[in-house]
Amino acid sequence: MENLKEFNVDGTVYKTELTKKFENRKNWERPNPKNLLSFIPGTIVEIFVKEGQEVKAGESLMILEAMKMKNLIEMPFDGVIKKIHVEEGVKVPNRMLMVEIE
Amino acid sequence: MSLKRNILDLRKRKEKVLQGGGEKAIQKQVAMGKLTARERVTSILDEDSFHEYDLFVEHEARDFGMEKKQLHGDGVIIGTGTIYGEPVCIFAQDFTVAGGSLGLMHARKITKIMDHALKMRVPLIGINDSGGARIQEGVNSLAGYGEIFFRNTLASGVIPQLSVILGPCAGGAVYSPALTDFVFVVENISKMFITGPEVIKTVLGEEISMEELGGARVHSEITGNAHFYAQSEYECFEQIKKLLTFIPWHNGKKAKAFPPKPPKPEYKIEEIVPADPTQPYDIRNVIKAISDDSDFFEIMENFAKNIVIGFGRMNGETVGFVANQPMVLAGVLDCDSSDKAARFIRYCDSFNIPIVTLEDMPGYLPGVDQEHMGVIRHGAKILYAYSEATVPKITVIIRKAYGGGYIAMNSRHMKADFMFAWPTAEIAVMGPEGAANIIFRKEIMNAEDPEAMRKEKVAEYKEKFANPYVAAAKGYIDTVIEPEETRNMLLHSIEVSNNKVDRRPAKKHGIPPF
Repeated sequence: MENLKEFNVDGTVYKTELTKKFENRKNWERPNPKNLLSFIPGTIVEIFVKEGQEVKAGESLMILEAMKMKNLIEMPFDGVIKKIHVEEGVKVPNRMLMVEIE
Repeated sequence: MSLKRNILDLRKRKEKVLQGGGEKAIQKQVAMGKLTARERVTSILDEDSFHEYDLFVEHEARDFGMEKKQLHGDGVIIGTGTIYGEPVCIFAQDFTVAGGSLGLMHARKITKIMDHALKMRVPLIGINDSGGARIQEGVNSLAGYGEIFFRNTLASGVIPQLSVILGPCAGGAVYSPALTDFVFVVENISKMFITGPEVIKTVLGEEISMEELGGARVHSEITGNAHFYAQSEYECFEQIKKLLTFIPWHNGKKAKAFPPKPPKPEYKIEEIVPADPTQPYDIRNVIKAISDDSDFFEIMENFAKNIVIGFGRMNGETVGFVANQPMVLAGVLDCDSSDKAARFIRYCDSFNIPIVTLEDMPGYLPGVDQEHMGVIRHGAKILYAYSEATVPKITVIIRKAYGGGYIAMNSRHMKADFMFAWPTAEIAVMGPEGAANIIFRKEIMNAEDPEAMRKEKVAEYKEKFANPYVAAAKGYIDTVIEPEETRNMLLHSIEVSNNKVDRRPAKKHGIPPF
C-alpha cells in the first residue's frame, strides 16, 4: 500500500491505490463539428478540395480507403476549408484530425 | 511364425512418430525456451499415467505438395491420464510438426478427445501452441475450428475446460480458449491475438510487438482474457494442478473435500480492517483470516483488481469468494470488475460451489468513459449472475454497502441465503457526504456558515443511517456479528445450506446482458 491516492466517490474521499487503466483513461471532450476526424484507420487515396475553397454540404472532400473499402468523406455543412491536415497517399490512424472547416 | 516381427514393427513405427517434428524442430522449440508437447503433457499428468491415442493419424491434404509430406500425429497429441489419481482428458498441439498448424485430421483428433471428455464427465485440458490454420487445407481447417468451438460450448458448465497457452494462439484459434473456463498464460511464451502485428502494420500503420499486443502480461492485466499468469511453464503446471484440487470433475458432483484446518493465527481479522470507511486495507487478508489454512487461490489476480475472486476452503469444502478490494479504486464496481465477478459467480453456480461475498464498496465508478463503455450493461451482469445462482449464497457486509452496489453484491433482494453485517457496516443509498449534500441542501445553503452546517448534517446522517441496524430492523440483514464470529457464522451457514433446493421457472435459457 505505497501508492495511496485520494479518490472521490459521491463526495466522499477515499484513500486507495489506482489502477493503470484508470490513470490512463482519456478525458472526454465535446466533439467539435468544425473538425473532421477520421472514423477508421486507413489511407487517404484522393483529395478533391483545397484550403480556402468554399464547399457546399454533401460535396465530396476526399476518399479514405480502409479495409479495402473506399469511403467518400463528405462536407457536413456549407463552409470554407480552413486547413487540410492530410495528403494523398498518407496513412491515418483512427480519430485523427483531417480537415478544419470554417 | 511368432508375433515378434509385428511387435518390432509397431515399436519402430511408434518410435518414428514420437520424434514429432524431428531433432532440428525440437532444438528450435527448446531454443525458444519452450518444452515439447510431450514433455508438457507428462509434466502435468501423474507419472506414467499418460495414454496416447491417434498416434498414427496422418493428414489428408492433397494440394500444394502436401501429399508428399508426412506430419507425425498431424501436429497434435491427444490422450487420457490422471492428476492426483483422478482421470482427465488432454490434448497438446505440437509446434515442432508443421508449426502445430490445424488441419482437418488435427482438428478431428482434438474433437475426438473433447467428445470423450464430455461423455466420460472428466475435465479437459488443452495445450495451445500453434501457428494457426493450415492454409494448404483451406476451408477444412476452418471447419475444424468450428467443430472445436461448438464442442467447447456444449461442454461449458458440464465439465471443467482449461486452456493453457504455451506458444502462439492467433486468429480464429483464440476463440477456443476464450470459450473455456480458465486460461493459463506464461511470460514470454504465450501470445494471443486476432490479427497479428504484421497485419496491423500493413493495414493501420501501427507498429507493435507480439508481446505488447498479446503477451501474457497484456492478457492477465489489460484484456482479462487470461485467468492465471506464471513466470515459467512449470509454475503454470502447478497452478493447473492446484486449481483442480478446488473444482469438481463435472457439474453433477461437488468438489472433493479435504480435512478441515483452522486459519493461520497471524491473520487477525479485527486488526486487518480499519474502522474509518475511507481507509484502505487488503481484503485478501480477511479472506485468509476466515478460510481453512489461510489458503486462498486467487483467480485473475492482475485484472480489475478492485474486485477479488478465487477459491478457498471452509471446513474442508471448496467455496468461491467474491470480495470488493478497498485497496484498489476504493473497491468500486466498474465494467471490468463486473465482468470478472459475474463470470466467476456463474462458474461457481454451474459447479455446485457455494459463494461467499465480502462487501465493502462505495458504489459504481463515476466517469464518462465508464458510462460510454457500457457500465449499465456490464454492471447488470453481476445482478444477473447473482440472481440466477442457486448454490448457497452468503454475504458479509464489512463496511460500505452503498447504492446500486449494495443491491448488486448478493443482497437479500438477489436472494442471498444469509446476510451478515459487521457493526462497522454502512448500508445506505450513498455515502454520508453525498447524501447530506442532497437532503440538507437548503439548510446548508441558507446557513450562516454553510461549511459548518454541512459538517453537522453529514454527522447527523452518519449517526442515523451509516450503520447496519436500519437494514437489520427491516430484516434485510439477518444478524449483526462481531468480526471474530465471521468464520463460524460462515461455516454454520454453509453447513445448513447443504441440501438447498431453489427451483426456478423452466426455460431454455435466459438472456444475460452479454
